[in-house]
Amino acid sequence: MKLQRKNRLRASALGALVVSGALVLTACGSDDNTKTGADGTTKASAPAPGDIKCDGAKGKLLASGSSAQKNAVDLWVKNYMAACSGVEVNYKSSSSGEGIVAFNQGTVGFAGSDSALKPEQVEDSKKICTGGGQGINLPMVGGPIALGFNVAGVDKLNLDAATIANIFNDKIKKWDDEAIKKLNPGVSLPSTAIQAFHRSEDSGTTENLGKYLKAAAPDAWSYEASKKWPAPGGQAASGSAGVASQVKAVDGAIGYFELSYATSQSIKTVDVNTGASAPVKATPDNASKAISAAKVTGTGSDLALKLDYATKAEGAYPIVLVTYEVVCDKGNKPETLGTVKSFLEYTASDAGQKALTENGYAPIPAEINTKVREVIKSLA
Amino acid sequence: MASSTSTHIDTAPPVPKSGRSTGRAGDKIFSGLSKGSGILLLVIMASIAAFLTYRASIALSKNEGNFLTTFDWNASARPPVFGIAVLLFGTVVSSIIAMAIAVPIAVGIALFISHYAPRKLAAPLAYVVDLLAAVPSIIYGIWGALFLVPQLNGLNLWLDQYLGWTYVFDKTQVGVARSLFTVGILLAIMILPIVTSVSREVFLQVPRMNEEAALALGATRWEVIRMSVLPFGRSGVISASMLGLGRALGETMAVATVLSPSFLISGHILDPGGGTFAQNIAAKFDEANEFGRDALIASGLVLFLLTLLVNGAARLIIARRKDFSGANA
Repeated sequence: MKLQRKNRLRASALGALVVSGALVLTACGSDDNTKTGADGTTKASAPAPGDIKCDGAKGKLLASGSSAQKNAVDLWVKNYMAACSGVEVNYKSSSSGEGIVAFNQGTVGFAGSDSALKPEQVEDSKKICTGGGQGINLPMVGGPIALGFNVAGVDKLNLDAATIANIFNDKIKKWDDEAIKKLNPGVSLPSTAIQAFHRSEDSGTTENLGKYLKAAAPDAWSYEASKKWPAPGGQAASGSAGVASQVKAVDGAIGYFELSYATSQSIKTVDVNTGASAPVKATPDNASKAISAAKVTGTGSDLALKLDYATKAEGAYPIVLVTYEVVCDKGNKPETLGTVKSFLEYTASDAGQKALTENGYAPIPAEINTKVREVIKSLA
Repeated sequence: MASSTSTHIDTAPPVPKSGRSTGRAGDKIFSGLSKGSGILLLVIMASIAAFLTYRASIALSKNEGNFLTTFDWNASARPPVFGIAVLLFGTVVSSIIAMAIAVPIAVGIALFISHYAPRKLAAPLAYVVDLLAAVPSIIYGIWGALFLVPQLNGLNLWLDQYLGWTYVFDKTQVGVARSLFTVGILLAIMILPIVTSVSREVFLQVPRMNEEAALALGATRWEVIRMSVLPFGRSGVISASMLGLGRALGETMAVATVLSPSFLISGHILDPGGGTFAQNIAAKFDEANEFGRDALIASGLVLFLLTLLVNGAARLIIARRKDFSGANA
């Protein structure tokens, strides 16, 4: 009896210790880092550096969507918030599909998406954009979709569209497959099994890769490009970051994500054999060459682009994405409109675009960028 | 005729019939409060069920696929096509794996704590097992993804090599162990504390008489356990297992973090892929539009019914055992 009571006491003491410890820890973890001005508006600060105009910006702007542009947006937000005190921009990186859904439910000021709005999504957006407005696509960031690989002992890898397609649809199963060997003379490839990783959620990056494979290797890749991963086999991971961390961790892995994820985690990337004289490396410059051939297909203030994925131009890296910021052309929510305009004006400015190249992204071609700036000015 | 009590000055208050108040204010208030609590619970349950059914019916009326047999989940597309075949399979299979691993171990731990362990060890051990329940499921998920998955590669290769002929353990796809089998192992660890603690309580309630009688007949400790403890505790262990199964069926974050989701049904439990109801809801909810959410709610309703079935089955099993003596904690 006595013994039991002692044990119970001891146990409850231990329990109390654990609980209080947990409380202390959570208290440390939930530091509130929000900074707002005394009245929630911007203070007239010193003139902002590099094209950032804070006039009209106030309070908190929520945005969400594409994880491909996360690293770019993070950088922009950092610079922007440093210049405009009292304004908070909060970009939740998830997936293009999620961003558009959030936008059409009216929970965010703008959304990031790697593929332009579909007609039915534009239809949905009319409920959110008041006064006859609708959702439009503003191309803001370009970037190469890098094929990151992790094969012990292999530092350089060349692949062409058909081989990439066959790797991702489970037809090529080993790294020393004849098709891969033929493209990489002189490289000793191990017989490690290939583990192809794709995105588990609706991803614009997936759709752009699908468009490329369908354009460049129609015989090997018969699937319609969609945000959802279409092919059998392989494994799924969530978000660009999820795919990148799996590739980093697993020997024999290959995956796809915006180049910035490869740079930040030092993952080796595949050079793509496009039919040009030499295989093309995934770099922002090479992606710009491919993006510069883009045509605007949107009408009015909608600037959706069409990319040429089957390009054979020298040094043009064909697997690219353009990330759009999705906003209402008119009828944006009055409380966020000022911040949206001011923030997007910065991201489309020379300073905003130049910041991209240092981080594995490609700026939007000048003539398209000019149109984007005009549209941003006209937002209401 | 005249009752003898009439001679007493202070008569005892009449004994109330069960459920009726004596008419005193305190009694009235208390019985009202307890009745209210009971009704409140029913109202909440009914409103949840009604909400699920209403939203699910919207989704089901517009589904272009077969809700039960479609191997796909494209609820936000137009036209929407979605089905729960894969989710049902994955949920049931991962839960069965979890039960197969967790129940024997939990019964072993419970027996050790209640009959074998020295007193000094039993209480702390019981406490540590209960602590497993205090770990948040997302932590299990992260631990599973970062530690368990890489560590299981060896076991998977071994199972494939020696048990591959069983078809179930035949590994057809290379890949890290983000499979239903891994999920099952993780769920087993997560349901261990609840199964253990309930079983332990039941084993402690075995009448001393039975055990002493067995000992007096010269039974060894193992025979005592086999002849008196286990038969007495059987229905308790069953209800403990069902509690654990309920938890395994509905586990969300841990599964979503570990599993590599895909819409395929494969009997090879070591291959990556598959999905469960809760994991699918967690993964798809963010990017689902209004209608897509209704579809997810429809799948949630199926999980709700599945859990009801499991609980109903457990009650039937327990009711059939007449020797059950209220030991289901």
